[in-house]
Amino acid sequence: MTTWHDYLKKEGQPPSWPYPVRFEEEQEIEADVLVVGGGIAGCWAAISAARTGAKVVLLEKGDTVRSGAGGPGCDHWCNAPANPHSRVDPDEWAEHMAEGPYNCGIGVQIQCREDWDTLLEMEQMGGKIRDTNDEYVGAEGRYDDTKLMFSPRYGVKHNLFPEPGAGEPGFNPPEERSNVVIRIWGSTFKPALKKECRRLGVKVMDRVAGTSLLTENGVQGERVIGATGLNSRTGEVVIVKSKSTVISTGGAGDLWLMNTELCGMSSMHPRTWTGEGLVMAFKAGAEIANLEVSMPIGIATGLKHKWYSGAGDASYENVPIVDANGKRVPFPIQGWEDAGAMIPPPDIQMKVAEDVKKGIYELPFYGDWPSMSDVERRATWNLMLGEESTTKIIIDTFNQAGFDESRDLQQSYKFIEGAGLPQWRNGGGNFMMDWNLKTNLDGLYVAGTQLLGGQDHSYCAATGRYAGRKAAAYAKEIPQGNVSRDQIQKEKDRIYAPARRDSGIEWKEFHAGMARINQYYNSEFKTENLFRIGLGALERMEKEFAPQLYASDPHKLLRTVEDLTMLEHSKMIIQASMARKASRMGFMRIDFPEMDPPEWNKFLVAKLVNDRFTTRMQEQRFWGNMKEQYEKHNSDYEGVYNIK
Amino acid sequence: MSQKEIMAMTNVVTPNQPVIFDPEYCTGCNNCVETCQVDVYIPHPEKGMPPIILHPDECWYCGCCANDCPTEGAMKFNWPLQSRAYWKNKETGEIGQV
Repeated sequence: MTTWHDYLKKEGQPPSWPYPVRFEEEQEIEADVLVVGGGIAGCWAAISAARTGAKVVLLEKGDTVRSGAGGPGCDHWCNAPANPHSRVDPDEWAEHMAEGPYNCGIGVQIQCREDWDTLLEMEQMGGKIRDTNDEYVGAEGRYDDTKLMFSPRYGVKHNLFPEPGAGEPGFNPPEERSNVVIRIWGSTFKPALKKECRRLGVKVMDRVAGTSLLTENGVQGERVIGATGLNSRTGEVVIVKSKSTVISTGGAGDLWLMNTELCGMSSMHPRTWTGEGLVMAFKAGAEIANLEVSMPIGIATGLKHKWYSGAGDASYENVPIVDANGKRVPFPIQGWEDAGAMIPPPDIQMKVAEDVKKGIYELPFYGDWPSMSDVERRATWNLMLGEESTTKIIIDTFNQAGFDESRDLQQSYKFIEGAGLPQWRNGGGNFMMDWNLKTNLDGLYVAGTQLLGGQDHSYCAATGRYAGRKAAAYAKEIPQGNVSRDQIQKEKDRIYAPARRDSGIEWKEFHAGMARINQYYNSEFKTENLFRIGLGALERMEKEFAPQLYASDPHKLLRTVEDLTMLEHSKMIIQASMARKASRMGFMRIDFPEMDPPEWNKFLVAKLVNDRFTTRMQEQRFWGNMKEQYEKHNSDYEGVYNIK
Repeated sequence: MSQKEIMAMTNVVTPNQPVIFDPEYCTGCNNCVETCQVDVYIPHPEKGMPPIILHPDECWYCGCCANDCPTEGAMKFNWPLQSRAYWKNKETGEIGQV
């Protein structure tokens, strides 16, 4: 008797809302530094700001203990070239990682310089980063002196596709490996970060989602002086006045996904990823790049199995992929033999697909766990999958159901599940920032996955830690701003409108309508005509259907406000798409097919000026010499903070 | 057979039960209610009872509620039917499924 329907049948009426309802009520708080978003980047930002003595408030939509994409865990601490076993120079490695078009060197330089320090601090907080129980003695990449364990990922260089010679004897020899990716026990991290926030006196406000930024006198483009938040349990609005603000929210998870009921089955990202940090900053006047760029979701697409299945998905390390008859399939295994290559080259991918149809490979494919050595198998099954985000519950379920990784082949769903639709996409913009991780707006700092060039867990940790100390330094120099009551009232009118109605359209239908528009007109097929139809359809959603939105409780109200955010985000993406009259990586226009002609081989940067959508083109590699710029901005960096 | 009263109910959302609680073991501590990022659960009005699954359609199957449950046997993850993965015994060829 635990479902809502069971309760209704038994009691004859639904349960009452279990939390006090405080629609329209205000809670006002002052802080030196406000952090919006309490995932990995946000916790680190709050901690590093609080260490300087700043009064810190942290708004988190879920509960900080497990929230964010890194909440459940993490198995790889990527790009830690300053660790004692590294064979590469941190600055050179950062340059290497920033190669390639439309990248950004700022965050990766910070990561390469500081994320080993960050990891040592994580260890001081109680995070497990070494094989202290000697569970994996003899595993490749394990060092007996430090008990650090390295991953086969990024063997010699960082490459998605196999290098020539991969798989042959002598390829990727141990003495030449970069040793920059450390295996970690990331499920221990998030609770430890929350505990440290509390210990340092950070005011952690769980279940409060940021909804808007406050600017000096309410003027767009002026200094950011705080934010509003909505409590998804009580419906109360939280008004935080702050000297500086760090945005560390996640990306936009399901602008293109129509089915809300099965969204959790598909996404690499938590359900809470709704892009509000980026949108609220944009509305305040912040510059956003890459809005027009989106890609089909490559892993765990659509409504398919989220179960890790390997076979070219690069889902797990060192597990050979075999066909139904035990014949090895020529896919890389992200392992020692191929130096961590993740994806088969396109020609191999196509050849295997053809050979499947000819009967040369028989479906389904399997991950051949029994063929591995005991220690490597345990390192992948228990440590990698056991610690990596949402996979712990998966391996537990397998084992409880009787799966024995030393005996059984794990099925892959490659081919038999069909391909994800190219209309199911991910993307939608990155913050522009400088070497202080400050945006173009005074008082507004950014960290984490939504930065230009944003990456994974350790990137979020290192940039969060960095943005927190920069935001705290700024807060020391400046008084509180002048909050506009009018700005707060307008935001309250916006977010409470669905709760002031008695009936209407609920968020799920609204979401589906918006996602359908994005699938039709803002997706794989890009032309001026499709964009115009799409923008018109989104504007109709805004004018005709948004004023009918209805939310009966605080939870539904937050979901409704999220969808209003996603509607604005969708419009921003189409407007940016219309502004780029050329193709680029992640943005192929049918009516402007030329790839990166010189005048367009730049970032497209969007900004609101007096609520008008404007764009400018930004030269790539605007960040200058990475080593010099980092050192210029961090002459006072003190290294590892001693917690005890 | 006696006449059973049937309530007029809407269809349930799909999937509807991401976890199964065992009231024999569950103490109603509500740790899962607090751990969940998306408020899949609300506390049961009766203290000590397992939580009510209110928003199963928002579950993203991160597993944190079950991973962090302090009482062994209190809750079991319940994968939807379309997500029950398969395996094969390498020696016998026997097919297994979670």
